[in-house]
Amino acid sequence: MTSEQAIAKAPAQSSSKQGRRWPPEVSILLVLIGIALIYEVLGWIFVGQSFLMNQQRLTIIILQVSVIGIIAVGVTQVIITGGIDLSSGSVVGMTAMIAASFAQASTWARPVYPSLTDLPFIIPLIIGLGIGLLAGIVNGALIAQTKIPPFIATLGMMVSARGVAKWYTKGSPVSGLTDQFNFIGTGIWPVVVFLVVAFIFHIALRYTRYGKFTYAIGANVQAARVSGINVERHLVKVYAIAGLLAGLAGIVTAARAQTAQSGMGVTYELDAIAAAVIGGTSLTGGVGRITGTVIGAIILGVMISGFTFLRVDAYYQEIIKGVIIVAAVVVDVYRQKKEKFEAE
Amino acid sequence: MAVSPTTMAAVRASGAVPKAEYLLNVENIRKEFPGVLALDDVSFRLKRGTVHALMGENGAGKSTLMKILAGIYVPDQGEVFLKGLPIRLKSPLDALENGIAMIHQELNLMPFMTVAENIWIRREPQNMFGFVDHGKMFEMTADLFKRLNIALDPEAQVRDLSVANRQMVEIAKAVSYESDVLIMDEPTSALTEREVEHLFEIIRSLRTQGIGIVYITHKMNELFEIADEFSVFRDGRYIGTHASTDVTRDDIIKMMVGREITQMFPKEIVPIGDVVLSVKDLSLKNVFSSVSFDVRAGEILGIAGLVGSGRSNVAETIFGVTPATTGSIAINGKPVAIGSPNQAIQHGMAFITEDRKETGCLLILDVLENMQIAVLQDRFVKFGFVAEKEISAACKVMSDKLRVKTPNLQERVENLSGGNQQKVLIGRWLLTNPKILILDEPTRGIDVGAKAEIHRLVSELAKQGVAVIMISSEMPEVLGMSDRIMVMHEGRVTGFLDRAEATQVKVMELASK
Repeated sequence: MTSEQAIAKAPAQSSSKQGRRWPPEVSILLVLIGIALIYEVLGWIFVGQSFLMNQQRLTIIILQVSVIGIIAVGVTQVIITGGIDLSSGSVVGMTAMIAASFAQASTWARPVYPSLTDLPFIIPLIIGLGIGLLAGIVNGALIAQTKIPPFIATLGMMVSARGVAKWYTKGSPVSGLTDQFNFIGTGIWPVVVFLVVAFIFHIALRYTRYGKFTYAIGANVQAARVSGINVERHLVKVYAIAGLLAGLAGIVTAARAQTAQSGMGVTYELDAIAAAVIGGTSLTGGVGRITGTVIGAIILGVMISGFTFLRVDAYYQEIIKGVIIVAAVVVDVYRQKKEKFEAE
Repeated sequence: MAVSPTTMAAVRASGAVPKAEYLLNVENIRKEFPGVLALDDVSFRLKRGTVHALMGENGAGKSTLMKILAGIYVPDQGEVFLKGLPIRLKSPLDALENGIAMIHQELNLMPFMTVAENIWIRREPQNMFGFVDHGKMFEMTADLFKRLNIALDPEAQVRDLSVANRQMVEIAKAVSYESDVLIMDEPTSALTEREVEHLFEIIRSLRTQGIGIVYITHKMNELFEIADEFSVFRDGRYIGTHASTDVTRDDIIKMMVGREITQMFPKEIVPIGDVVLSVKDLSLKNVFSSVSFDVRAGEILGIAGLVGSGRSNVAETIFGVTPATTGSIAINGKPVAIGSPNQAIQHGMAFITEDRKETGCLLILDVLENMQIAVLQDRFVKFGFVAEKEISAACKVMSDKLRVKTPNLQERVENLSGGNQQKVLIGRWLLTNPKILILDEPTRGIDVGAKAEIHRLVSELAKQGVAVIMISSEMPEVLGMSDRIMVMHEGRVTGFLDRAEATQVKVMELASK
C-alpha cells in the first residue's frame, strides 16, 4: 500500500462513523421525551394522574412556551454570531406598553391617547414591531460601530428600555384594549405566530445567504471579513431581527393579558437564552439551529409545568431550573469536544 | 511498573540516576483516534546532550508523539522510559515534574503578568508571611537569564514582548524546571533570522549542559544547522533515524514522502501580459510608506523581506482590510477606491492570508461552508436563497481539482491537515475567478507534498493570466516561483530583482538595507 492510499483510507473510516451520527436535534428531542416520561411516571406515583394525557396542561405549556420561543428565535441568531442579547425582556415590556397605547378602545375611561382610540389592529402592530426593530438596530449599531461587547450594549438597552416602559405611562398599566388587538393573544394564535416565526428563520438560517453569513461570522469574524462579508452591516441586521421578534413577543404578551404593564417580560431574555443553549446553540458562536431552540423552549416549558403538576415548591423550581441550564451547557461542551477529534 | 513523579523526583534528588544509554526512549507506542491511527508501533530514542529533529509531513504523527511525551495524550499501547525508568504520564504537569518540558507552537503565557511571574507560576518563592517574595523571584529570574544568555527584564509584562522574546521566556521556564528533556514544536516559525540565530545559540548551550532536545521542524536547513540526529515519520509510522551529517536534503525528502519529488518549484515560464494591478505611492501611516509596483497578467510578483518589514500590511491594504492613508490603486488602468475586502473582491481580487487559523478558516464549519463563503457575495444566490445544488457541485469539482483530502464536503475543516485547510482556502478564492491573487505565506506549516501541489497550482493560475502577488519568508520559494521579486525593509521598498538576477544573497542584502 502506498502512503497516499493510507492517508486516503484513514479519514474514510471516520466518515462512515459520522454518517451514522444523529443530527444534534435528535438527542435534544430524546431529552424532552425523557423528561416528559419521567413526569408521567412520577405523576402516576405521586399525584395519581397522567401528566401527558391532559389536553389543558399541554395547551398551557405550549402557550407559555410561545412568547419565550418567539424571543429565542431572535436570540439564537444573535448567539450564533458570537453575541448575546440581554435586552429582549425589557423590549417586550417597552413594546407591550407602547403598542397597547395605540390599541385602546374608546369605551375605556382613561385612554393614553384620547383622540387615537379604536384604531385598526395594523396600527399598534406596526408601531410595536417598529419599536422593537429600532431597539434592535440601536443594539446592532452600537456593537458594530463602537466595538463594545454585545453584553454591555444590550445590558444598556435592557436598563433603558425598561425605563421607557415605566416612564411611558408613569408606571400605570395600559388597559381596555380592542378585541381586534386582543385576538392575537387568544386561543392557539400565539402558538401559530411562534411556529411561523420559527419556520421562517429556520429556512433563513439554513438556505439563505443571510444564514450562511451569520454562521461564518460566528465561526471566525476575521475570516468572514476577509471573505468580503460586511460584518458590521450584517450584525446590525441580526440584532435588528432579534429586536423585531422581541417587539412581536411584546405585542403577543399584551394581547394575551389584554393589558400592558411596564413589568412585562422581566427575565424573559434569560429564559430565551436558556432555550437556545439547551437547544444546542453554542455561546462561542458558529453553532446553533432554530429546531433545537424550539425544542429547548418546550423543554423549559415542560419542566416548569411538571414542577407545578408535582406540586414542587416554587422556590425549588427556580433552583432546579438553574441547575438544568448549567447542565445543558456542560453536556454541550462535552459534545463539542467529542466532535473535534484531534488527528494530529 | 511505572514510577510516579514523586519517586522520580526523589531519585533525581538523590543523584542516584541509573545508568542508561538513552535519556529518553519510547518503545512501540500506538495511539488511535476515532477513525485515525495516529501512531502505529512507533519507537524513538533520545541521547543525552543531543538535538534530535523530528521530520515528517503534516499528519505523519510527530505532534501526537510529542503530545504523548508531554503528557497531553495517553498512549493506547507501548512504554516510555526516562533514563531507563518506565514512566506513565497522565498530565502535562506530570511530564513537567518528571523533567520533560514542551514549548508549544502557540505560546502559553499570561500576557498581563510579568516575565518572572510567568516563569515561577505555582512555585513562587515566599517570604515569612506566606506572601510572594517578588524581590527574590526577580533575582532568580535574572540568574536564570544570565545562565541562558537571555537579555530580558524580569519585571516586563509579557504582553509587551515580541513573539521571539516570549519564546525565550518559555524556554527559560522549561529550563527552570531543571528539565532533562525539552520539546520544541516548530520554534522558529514566527522568528526573524537574527532571532533564530539567538535561539540556536541557546539550544547549543543547553545541549552542552546535557539536556536532550526534541526539535520538530519543517525546515530542512534548520535540521542541518542545529540537529545532531533526526528521525522521520510518515503516516503514523516510524521510518528511520540518522545522523544529520550522513544525509542530503533529497534523501530526507524521499524518506518523508516515500516518493521522489523531482521538482520542488515547478514554475513555468509563461508569456506576461498587460499591467493588471498598479499601486502608486501607497502608504499606511506608521506602517509602510510610498510603496509602488505593477503586476502584469501571468506574472508572479514575489514580495520578500523580514517578518515585520510591512509585506503583509501592504497586502492587507491593497485588499481593503486596512485601507490606505494615501496613495492610489489602479486596476486595468482605471483608478479604483478600495475601502473594504468586499470592494476588493468586486474588482476581481482574492487574498489568502498569512494566518490560516486566525483569518482564513471557519474551523468549526465544514468544507462546503468554508469554500462557498466568498463566492456567495455575488454568485449562486437567487433572491437571497443559496443555490445549494449548484454551489455543492461547484465546490465538489473544486475540491477534487485541488485534491483536498477529506472524506466528504461535510467534514469540519478543523479535522483536516494544514495543507488541506490551505487547499480549501485556495478553493474558496478560485471559485470567485480572481484576476488578481494575493498569497501571503501560502505554504507556511505545510508538508512537502502539499507544498509542491500548491506551487504547481499557482504556476498554473499565472499561465491562465492571473496576476499573482506572493509574499513568502522562504527563500527557495520566492526565488523559485517569482518572475520578479520586490524586497521590503522596515516599511519601505528597497528594490526589485528580476528572476534571472535574483539570488539569495541579493535578496538578503536588500532585505536588510
